[in-house]
Amino acid sequence: MPKDSGIGASSKRREDVRFLTGKGKYTDDMNVEGQAHCYILRSDVAHGTLDSVDTSAAADMPGVRGILTGEDFVEVGGLPCGWQVTDRFGEPMQEPKHPVIAHGKVRHVGDPIAVVVADTLAEARDAAEAIDVSITELSAVVDMAAALADGATKVHDDLTNNLCYDWGFVEENKDAVDEAIKGAHHVTTLELVNNRLVANPMEPRVAIGDYDASTNDHTLYTTSQNPHVIRLLMGAFVLGIPEHKLRVVAPDVGGGFGSKIYHYAEEAIVTVASKQFGCPVKWTSSRSEAFMSDAQGRDHVTKIELAMDENGKFLALRTDTMANMGAYLSTFSTCVPTWLHGTLMAGNYTTPLIYCNVKAVFTNTVPVDAYRGAGRPEATFQLERVIDMAAREMGIDPIELRMRNFVQPDQFPYQTPVAVVYDTGNYQGTMAKLLEVVDRDGFAARKAASAANGKLRGFGVASYIEACGIAPSSLVGALGARAGLYESATVRVNATGSISVMTGSHSHGQGHETTFAQVVSDMLGIEENAVEIVHGDTAKIPFGMGTYGSRSLAVGGSAMVKATEKIIKKATKIAAHLMEAAEVDVEFKDGQFSVAGTDKSVAWGEVCLAAYVPHNYPLEEIEPGLEESAFYDPANFTYPAGAYACEVEVDPDTGKVEICSFAAADDFGNVINPMIVEGQVHGGLAQGLGQALLENTVYDENGQLLTGSFMDYAMPRADDLPSFEVDHSSLTPCTHNPLGVKGCGEAGAIGSPPALVNAVIDALADKGVVHIDMPLSPSRVWAAMNQAG
Amino acid sequence: MAQVSMTVNGKAVSGEVEGRTLLVQFLRDQLRLTGTHVGCDTGQCGACVVHVDGEAVKACNMFAGEADGAEVTTIEGMANADGSLGTIQQAFQDHHGLQCGFCTPGMVMSAAALLKDNPNPSEAEIREYLEGNICRCTGYHNIVKAIQAASDAQ
Ligand code: FES
Ligand code: FES
Repeated sequence: MPKDSGIGASSKRREDVRFLTGKGKYTDDMNVEGQAHCYILRSDVAHGTLDSVDTSAAADMPGVRGILTGEDFVEVGGLPCGWQVTDRFGEPMQEPKHPVIAHGKVRHVGDPIAVVVADTLAEARDAAEAIDVSITELSAVVDMAAALADGATKVHDDLTNNLCYDWGFVEENKDAVDEAIKGAHHVTTLELVNNRLVANPMEPRVAIGDYDASTNDHTLYTTSQNPHVIRLLMGAFVLGIPEHKLRVVAPDVGGGFGSKIYHYAEEAIVTVASKQFGCPVKWTSSRSEAFMSDAQGRDHVTKIELAMDENGKFLALRTDTMANMGAYLSTFSTCVPTWLHGTLMAGNYTTPLIYCNVKAVFTNTVPVDAYRGAGRPEATFQLERVIDMAAREMGIDPIELRMRNFVQPDQFPYQTPVAVVYDTGNYQGTMAKLLEVVDRDGFAARKAASAANGKLRGFGVASYIEACGIAPSSLVGALGARAGLYESATVRVNATGSISVMTGSHSHGQGHETTFAQVVSDMLGIEENAVEIVHGDTAKIPFGMGTYGSRSLAVGGSAMVKATEKIIKKATKIAAHLMEAAEVDVEFKDGQFSVAGTDKSVAWGEVCLAAYVPHNYPLEEIEPGLEESAFYDPANFTYPAGAYACEVEVDPDTGKVEICSFAAADDFGNVINPMIVEGQVHGGLAQGLGQALLENTVYDENGQLLTGSFMDYAMPRADDLPSFEVDHSSLTPCTHNPLGVKGCGEAGAIGSPPALVNAVIDALADKGVVHIDMPLSPSRVWAAMNQAG
Repeated sequence: MAQVSMTVNGKAVSGEVEGRTLLVQFLRDQLRLTGTHVGCDTGQCGACVVHVDGEAVKACNMFAGEADGAEVTTIEGMANADGSLGTIQQAFQDHHGLQCGFCTPGMVMSAAALLKDNPNPSEAEIREYLEGNICRCTGYHNIVKAIQAASDAQ
């Protein structure tokens, strides 16, 4: 029987009512009394020297309150990068300054040049047209290989070249990997591109700065996944505002997918502008601006080689990747192609020797950073593609080849050759579950039926593993992170027994207000509705690191559990006092404290009231009140894993791919709210399938962004996708967090691209097609079919 | 500046607008009906869908002046008279047809227009009808389910 509340129940989301009635409070819905609007004039060339910015005519335009340019930010810090990668030779990465507003040079289309603050947005925009900008255009560096060539134009004049770092992992394995590949029975080699994506949460970014001169307090309302991180980065590293003078509020946020993790220039701009011009200042991104100012995702070019023995046993793996950083280092850009990518190259397999080389490259394009999955989709895609190709070359069934190389269920905890230790998993289990869901035996008949209709049918699978619940602070610190990655929670029991949980996690679609309440209500045996979840405001919540990397429940939820355990401990003491019993004899169950073997009991509400009205209370032993905080720093990452299958039909006349079915069998560990988990998988699948089939960010050779709107960037729409089959019943609970949860936010986006591409290649195998780079658009598929063989 | 008057969610409203003021700006900025969202600047995303004289319209693709004299319904006008969720809204909650909620007002308004014209749409018809509404969160799976359930419930 499915439960109807608490852990494991598909509780309906409480946040839905406000969203369904138009009462959500997104940042753009807010208007601060007396606010002005700003418009940001952005570079329309990818690379050039900024010779002059003449704002004199614009300053006299109607409604204009003031104008900011790069000159106004020369004295403050650049936008910081949160992770210092050390290269193969032990040297730190090259790290250029990222000015808030371009100064001296513009380095990508969309680089801010000037900011006009005016009474209305229309006036600000009109005035921006009167700004006279003189730029001497320089040749743009767009292609990564060209950027690394000797004598290439430099994106940053003060750096040695366009190489941010040359990273090798595990460097000590390099020679052994080379040897193993040289002597192997068979080596499969694949060169591929992991296409650049734009996250495109449906809510564009917004920032409102509000400075109160009477108290010297700054408030920033912003569309962020992690308000405390923004407060720290902007306060400490850019503008020099101490934390207690800066409040950051991220109210309802309309999706993030990684792109709202980072500290962006606009946040600093509105904060400075509000103080300088004496009024609250609001900036709302248009979608066109989002395309050229939100950090983009992926963009790797990779060569992967897999060495096998005659039975298809994996012996060694070598990868060579160029990863595009764009023009500047966004907050977490540098760790994505390294520590979130190289450490996952073992996948679900026992490959003993792995070497992964990554060259991170500066180009005159929009900065690149984590996008749903971040590094792990890139690792999974190359691995699952090369395995499929290897299966074909070796004449082994692709599922059989995976099964032969899976980590066995009795090998956990499993130490991979790429540093991480998988705590639990059962890759055979999820594959078996997948095969229950999909009718593989019926495929031949379906293929014949498609053929009778003139269509080519294909079937593809992929396994994946990811590392979530980021992350043990000591570990990431040793790897170069400039932050700790714990999470925090405060559980406040109110006098009559209702609960307010203040969490450092942030919900921007994940439904924390519902799931987090389910956990606490279950632990305390009280109604879900008696628990409210507070998030998104640094003035209300403890210092926390926010939501990304599928970490909210595994890390933030664990902090909340720890704090709730402290509450239960203290409440038990109070109950023991009220019942005049020894603490050890007191049991707590279903919201009731009782003394074993007696009929003595007190209800939750009575204990809470006693804590706040301590007339009869052990004041010499404990303090009044019932409020506890906990910070939780995980002992390890969590390792969700699974197996996905895709079936497609290709129209040989047009190259159009239709997804006939898609099935996912995931191991997320324990599940709090199955309905929400399944929704997360659906959304991840849509983004992964979007990458595989439709989405691509294209720059021309001058660095002009050709896909700068929804007219040119193909977002997946309802009729591009099928309904999905998802299952999460084959599970192995995480062993090192109290809920046994692993995280489900990114899985769909990680596992689905290789499953789809494998299916299309299967459909086209008879035509001699061995690989097509994503997105598998009709023109690319058609060209591949007609060029191959 | 010109004067416009219209009925929004059953209430007579009027205001001063510039020729270039879009209906969505009038609704959001002047009437403070912020349930209607703006997700793009090319008429592609459907976050701004409202009903004008009974037809689904992208409010970013219409000047406020063009709606002079019209009957406009926004997401704020979709609940039942007692404030409870209407059938489509309830189906979205029951079937988890929303995550971040940003596309949701437009989705609900489009779904209402679809079900008015075609009370029993097939899955394929629903998916085709939603071509002009982008959701980045749900993968559409549960939106389709919600609309099917609303169609059954009506
Ligand atoms: S805002 Fe109207 S279609 Fe996007
Ligand atoms: S629910 Fe977030 S865009 Fe649809």
